[in-house]
Amino acid sequence: MSDNLIEIKGLNYSRGDRVIFDDIDMAIPRSKITAIMGPSGSGKTTLLKIIGGQIKPDAGTVLVNGQNVSRMNRKALFAVRRQIGMLFQSSALFTDLSVFENVAFPMRVHTDLSEELIRDLVFMKLNAVGLRGARDLMPAELSGGMARRVALARAIALDPALLMYDEPFTGQDPIAMAVLVGLIKGLNAALGTTSLLVSHDIHETVSIADHIFIIADGHVIGAGSPAQLRESNSRRVHQFMHGESDGPVPFHYPADEYQFDLLAGPGVRD
Amino acid sequence: MRFNVWMNSLGRASMLWVDAMTGWPRLSDLALVVQQIYKVGFLSLIIIVLSAFSIGAVLALQFFTQLSSFGAQEAVGIGLALVVLRELGPVVTALLFAGRAGSAITAEIGLMKTTEQLSAMEMMGVDPLRRIIAPRIWAGIISVPILTAIFNMVAIYGGMLVAVEWLGADSGGFWTGMQEQVEWWEDVGKGMLKSVIFALLITWVAVFQGYDSLPTAAGMSMATTRTVVISSVLILATDFLLTLVLYGDL
Repeated sequence: MSDNLIEIKGLNYSRGDRVIFDDIDMAIPRSKITAIMGPSGSGKTTLLKIIGGQIKPDAGTVLVNGQNVSRMNRKALFAVRRQIGMLFQSSALFTDLSVFENVAFPMRVHTDLSEELIRDLVFMKLNAVGLRGARDLMPAELSGGMARRVALARAIALDPALLMYDEPFTGQDPIAMAVLVGLIKGLNAALGTTSLLVSHDIHETVSIADHIFIIADGHVIGAGSPAQLRESNSRRVHQFMHGESDGPVPFHYPADEYQFDLLAGPGVRD
Repeated sequence: MRFNVWMNSLGRASMLWVDAMTGWPRLSDLALVVQQIYKVGFLSLIIIVLSAFSIGAVLALQFFTQLSSFGAQEAVGIGLALVVLRELGPVVTALLFAGRAGSAITAEIGLMKTTEQLSAMEMMGVDPLRRIIAPRIWAGIISVPILTAIFNMVAIYGGMLVAVEWLGADSGGFWTGMQEQVEWWEDVGKGMLKSVIFALLITWVAVFQGYDSLPTAAGMSMATTRTVVISSVLILATDFLLTLVLYGDL
């Protein structure tokens, strides 16, 4: 068995004319917390969707536990995904189901457990995220932070081998943020799960990640432990890790000269 | 170019239907179908019953005033029955179903897509085509013929109230004419066959428009509008073709 749960080789993916990934290689080690960081729009969420088989890459192989998800049929993909838990940026709770039923959903669909056992397991998962008392609420009654925690309880419902977190810290208040950081670290240690975290919140990510990849402009521009990346000599990595606006990674979306746009006069937009 | 886009949509819609409907349904899917029958079928009952009653009453009124000038009031029953069973029952039920349930199916699936609920389901190893799409298609196929049968009965009853109870047409003539002239397959059966085909069309359009909608407010509103417009046009055009094939002496 390979030390890496996920191995990505020669990944290419374009959306229209825009190249998202240009020949990317990556290896995600088992039972560790690996973070993928990068500026907004650098394709972090797309990478999670490629690993989950929701998007087919243009070229390259994506091995999850030794199986190439980029070449699988629908049925085989669904079987692989049962080993994957994913926390969506939007939480993606089922709006017509209560908190309890949302967490119970994967158990009901994929197992033949008795109702009593499902009840106990759901309470355990909800207790882990501190929301056992909110079990009867509907998703519309939850705050954003609570919804994210319910979604996390649902993601770990079947004790997956791989947990993928898509921007878990975005829009969270400081308390919820600290709770989530603790939860991700605690779950990784308790379940031995491989955790793959996509984020651009440097402080929180650095505090829990064992290994970090930084992607920008379709390439991996830096990889290593948080300490290694902090000390990196690469200007691009340095700019990102220290949140500097000035540097080789552009803040502006490609555009014509500013003065040209300003002087073009009203009514001219192109 | 537009033709290519249209053909592309048709291809994707066909793939969606095939992926959702092939394979053996599991016993656990039955509960989902029953739940959807309640949502799309049972909850459409009020609008179907009210429309059927008023259409039956208006038709009887029109038939009675025209036929009474020839002294043929007894023919109201058979005239009403044939028009309702062969055409208005299946067509009006389908149009109402498209407006009431088709748009709701599109909006629901579209919103599930927008809020990543379908993606979440996929990532849990649950096929949304089997879990979300297929039960709605089955519910439509089961509900529309039943709603059509209810429409037919209520429309005839409404017509009977107007013609017999109110305007004083002969009750025996009203029912006997119907009993003698209406044939099971020719009138009732072919009408129900139409309703099954309309159900297939409406649910196909509704689930595809929801599944293919753009995840924006404008995209959602466009998708629900398209469901009603495309379904209605398809129902009316298909009805003409079906009538031609089923009843026309070609």
